[in-house]
Amino acid sequence: MTEPQLSPYLTEFEDIPGTYVFNTFRSRQGFHLNQFCMSLMKADNRAAFKADNAAYLAAWDLTDAQRDAVLARDWTGMMREGGNIYFLSKLFSTDGHSFQHVAAIMTGATQAQYAQMMLAGGRDPQGCRSKADPSL
Amino acid sequence: MARIVAGVTTSHVPAIGAMIDQGRQQEPYWAPIFGGFEFSKRWMAELKPDVAIVIYNDHASAFDASIFPTFALGCADRYLPADEGWGRRPVPTVMGHADLACHIAQHMILDEFDLTVVNRMDVDHGLTVPLNLLFGDLKADQAWPCQVIPLPINVIQYPPPTGKRCYAMGQALRRAVESWPGNERVVVFGTGGMSHQLQGTRAGFINTPWDTRFLDNLTLDPLALTRITHAEYVREAGSEGIELVMWLAMRGALDERVREVYRFYHVPCSNTALGHIILEND
Repeated sequence: MTEPQLSPYLTEFEDIPGTYVFNTFRSRQGFHLNQFCMSLMKADNRAAFKADNAAYLAAWDLTDAQRDAVLARDWTGMMREGGNIYFLSKLFSTDGHSFQHVAAIMTGATQAQYAQMMLAGGRDPQGCRSKADPSL
Repeated sequence: MARIVAGVTTSHVPAIGAMIDQGRQQEPYWAPIFGGFEFSKRWMAELKPDVAIVIYNDHASAFDASIFPTFALGCADRYLPADEGWGRRPVPTVMGHADLACHIAQHMILDEFDLTVVNRMDVDHGLTVPLNLLFGDLKADQAWPCQVIPLPINVIQYPPPTGKRCYAMGQALRRAVESWPGNERVVVFGTGGMSHQLQGTRAGFINTPWDTRFLDNLTLDPLALTRITHAEYVREAGSEGIELVMWLAMRGALDERVREVYRFYHVPCSNTALGHIILEND
């Protein structure tokens, strides 16, 4: 699957740093990864996955990069391979983690540092509106 | 005819549902958040609507990656809370108003607003958290005090509908409600937002000045809000701030002139700037 020529609509998002926009290309790229995550909405499937991650994943048509990212819980890697955060939430919920836990990991902060940033008012837009800004 | 009597917007942060389910509303972090809805619950108890039309987004719960309906309408008799990875929320089953919903679907489609009709789906935190915030912490063996019509909008896969299109959908929704012969009093919810980003190195993004202008303009200049582009939402409100287009769908269902009855804004609620507003036709 080759990444298509970006339309003017999608090009506008390219300038926004640190952000994955789940467009129709990424939706196709991540289809099986996201469907695997959906399967974890059933208790029986969660139990089977927890018992043996790799065996459970073998039944899903994932790319090597997607499978490796899931096994390593490399959230940014999963996003890069077409995962969408709301689908991935089924996976981290199965692991017993929150959105904040995973958001912190993706920013490279500890959960305590990230929670402190949020308590202080969140990430300041100043400096992260555009890739031309220096701070991200 | 049925009438739309008020509009409500609120964020629908999943952690709020988790705190309710675990009985942790009084913890210092959460008490101010739940406190921000005390007035709203009293207001809603006095309003006593017959039906709540809840505009929200499904977070990969009812719809998997096979299908992303842009606008959908629940036409079922009942909806179970979805299992989002930790079991179904212990809240009441959501009872629909299938007759009114089917009428709305027919009227809107013939009015050239082509909704997807959904006869069976589970509803996730996007719908149940706003019901909790406005109707209270009801348990699974209790009942929500009114019937509910879910109206999910895709804001996950780009492009979602434009804010302008959502506003127009709200206008069409109002025409459909007002053409129903019953006497139901309807409240419309627009949920999600405000500024937040859950992913990437930019996660935790919050833009209070932008959010405040958005809240102000819901009353002062909603048409200005309909001109906000998707790129501006992502840049200024974060990647998940795009949910605010659903507030414009609610806004379109009200009069041009509205009165702000109540506003609540709080940072942080988990990863999110929580926003909540109550509007009545002036």
